[in-house]
Amino acid sequence: MAELGGHVLQHLGLAASALALALVVAVPLGILAANRAALRGGVLGLASVGRTLPSLAILMLLLPLLGVGVAPAVVALALLAIPPIVINVDVGIRGVAPAALEAATAMGMTGAQRFFRVIVPLAIPVSLSGVRTATTETIASATLATFIGAGGLGDEIVRGLQTDNSPLLFGAAAVVAALALGADLLLAASGRLAAREA
Amino acid sequence: MTYLLAHPARVAALAATHVELVVIALVVAALFAFPLGVLAARRPRVSPWLLGTLGAIYTVPSLALLAVVVQWVGLGFLPIFIALVVYAQFMLARGVAAGIGGVDAAQVDAARGLGMSSSQVLWGVEVRQALPVMLGGVRIATVASIAIATLGGYVGGVGLGVLIFNGLTLHQPAMIVAGSIAASLLAIAADGALRLVERAATI
Repeated sequence: MAELGGHVLQHLGLAASALALALVVAVPLGILAANRAALRGGVLGLASVGRTLPSLAILMLLLPLLGVGVAPAVVALALLAIPPIVINVDVGIRGVAPAALEAATAMGMTGAQRFFRVIVPLAIPVSLSGVRTATTETIASATLATFIGAGGLGDEIVRGLQTDNSPLLFGAAAVVAALALGADLLLAASGRLAAREA
Repeated sequence: MTYLLAHPARVAALAATHVELVVIALVVAALFAFPLGVLAARRPRVSPWLLGTLGAIYTVPSLALLAVVVQWVGLGFLPIFIALVVYAQFMLARGVAAGIGGVDAAQVDAARGLGMSSSQVLWGVEVRQALPVMLGGVRIATVASIAIATLGGYVGGVGLGVLIFNGLTLHQPAMIVAGSIAASLLAIAADGALRLVERAATI
């Protein structure tokens, strides 16, 4: 049981690092796609292909390049998390009503003010739904990190299967399902909150 | 790539079992998901509960669900098949519910006014109108199923995952890469093909 706790922390660590890395890359890419029509097609096309690739395949394709362990797992999970965030940031920003932008300009706001005070708050609800998708998928896919030796709750599931230890397996499966569902509900609630504030 | 080029027949045979697994699972899944989606579209009060429950199941990581199913039915084709049928419910039923729910009420009324029976209205008017949206659900379910089916190589030796997991056991990166590339290409091809079908149904 103590080991389960360690694996939960390891699992959340993997997912959180991957999401942090993904946000750093995906948010600027999403903003770029929304503002530069010339780049939008390319960025969104790549994101759409990325969205299609099986998560196990992404983990395994990095294996010859980056080897096994935590670092390649984090990179692979981040690659999985980037597309839904890019797509939703772009949709969120382009969905901001032109009237709101015109009003901001008419009020004499500078470009930066307009971006941070008008576009960001209005784009957050849609962007957050992308983060929500990315989070549940990252927590789920982090289970597969066990296959490249990165630990996490996948270790417990695999060990439970190999040793035919049902309690261990059911326990680990329930915990990882609860983590994914919990994160999903939490982000759904914060999305509603953000929508109300906007 | 080297493995892929050296053993094209082996990769193709595993790709064929991969496709077979996904197609059979989706057909069986649709038998459940279609009535569930129609129910969700007809009963707005049931809909959030039904789709919420299916969505919650969909959130469960595939390896976890698969491991639980293995404890129940053993290794082989069956556990990955059952897992695929269960996962596809949310994506398929959501597509059906959104499609049927989005049909213009005036058209349904007009069809009833012409004396069509409720099954004629469903198949002749609602399903027809809802087809593009429903096909969107089918596309998403297909791509996700192709991904999840790679785990079939772990629990019973079906599909392209066999290359990935045998490669891991035998320390053969070329096999792992071959399986991953083939599964990715399959997903991309399915997505592209089904997008074309969707577009054809929209016109």
